[in-house]
Amino acid sequence: MEAVGVWIAALLTICILSFLYKDNPVYKFAEHLFVGISAAYWAALSWHNILIPNLYQPLFREGQILFVIPLLLGIMMILRLVPRVAWVSRWPLAFIVGTYSGYYFITYLQTNAIEQVRATLVSFIELREWRVFLSQPGLITLLNAIAVPVMVIGVITGIIYFFFSREHKGVFGGLAKVGVWFLMIAFGASFGYTVMARISLLIGRVYFLLRTWLGVIG
Amino acid sequence: MRLHEAIERLDPGSKVIISFDYSPSTMPEIYPMNLALASHCFAKDLKIIGMALWPTGVPLGQESMEEAAQQYGKEYGVDYVNLGYKAGGIVVISSTAEDIPGTFPQDYAGRSVAELEVMDGVENFDSIDLIVSLSAGDPGVREWVMIAEGRYGMDVGTGVTAVSAPSFYPYLNAGQLVGLLGGMKGAAEYEVLIEKSGTATAGMDAQSIAHGLIIFFILFANLFYLLERKRAS
Repeated sequence: MEAVGVWIAALLTICILSFLYKDNPVYKFAEHLFVGISAAYWAALSWHNILIPNLYQPLFREGQILFVIPLLLGIMMILRLVPRVAWVSRWPLAFIVGTYSGYYFITYLQTNAIEQVRATLVSFIELREWRVFLSQPGLITLLNAIAVPVMVIGVITGIIYFFFSREHKGVFGGLAKVGVWFLMIAFGASFGYTVMARISLLIGRVYFLLRTWLGVIG
Repeated sequence: MRLHEAIERLDPGSKVIISFDYSPSTMPEIYPMNLALASHCFAKDLKIIGMALWPTGVPLGQESMEEAAQQYGKEYGVDYVNLGYKAGGIVVISSTAEDIPGTFPQDYAGRSVAELEVMDGVENFDSIDLIVSLSAGDPGVREWVMIAEGRYGMDVGTGVTAVSAPSFYPYLNAGQLVGLLGGMKGAAEYEVLIEKSGTATAGMDAQSIAHGLIIFFILFANLFYLLERKRAS
């Protein structure tokens, strides 16, 4: 049975890779099959893992009457499929957005803004790292020594680049240009990581085809 | 590798939560990390409490823990457990922080967690020494940092896909993460550190060749562009 699964997976992988040649019916078949199976999988999973234990059991088996509220909100959400009363679905949506906003707001601000600002409030010159560099000169120790100044300069010049209330000329323009360089290096690093991720996925598929399916590599 | 060091610092018997927040689509990058991490934990005699914010992470996490457990002679329910998936993302993390058995009264196969030896004394985050989220998106490490580290001061480490790694380095630099594994490269480095070469280490040769080829194409295209421009002028 496992061998059948491997063969199906291998053939579907080849169907998807056939898009490299051009868009074709075989690729379309695999794509539609993937979307259909994913939707069915999620529907079944939601039913068994979410609705049954979190709604059906407490409401109908244990008689917890308060669970009528999520049941009603769920029904209101589904009414989106009926054009005449689709507006009713805005109420549960508003409830979800409001709850999550309230829940997220402070924590998100603390984690992604305040903590990040705090991380930049450090000594401009890290004496310990400079001592390490002077005792063991090398590329890594040098990079560690200049890491903080580079980060602070990057943050300040990056912010200056996005400050559009003043024309980017003279010293201000020069600082903005430095900010652009920092941004470009950051985007380049990010792009490099993206390439690495995509190649990894390709390696994963080729590894599956050659090892699990064909067994030509150990 | 800070995550490796964080695990090395733990005493035998310490409890580590590994959250399997990924799916088969990111297996080539994250599964090797998962396996290496589970192997390292078992080698150090740590107890693993697995859980998932993604339903697709449950079987992948189970497979990795079983594979590592076989190598180190570890037993399900005694040395590790898979609590399964709960819907809710950040709400599940908050709930877990306060009451782990209450949030997950049963494991992924429906067994009562009260009967499992590994869950003895596990009540809330106070019983946990380290949390690692193997994350391929939301909900994932961002939520773990926000709640577990931000609100409860827990040590949180992560393994993420290479695409998302740059967005989590600020957390690492700010001390909000104790360690970060980025993509297949991170997984390969971890495999080297625990001296167990696996699929990530094997994949790095192909990765290096692909990168070399891409760099060659970029240089080649730019060279021709410059030559064309020179000829046109």
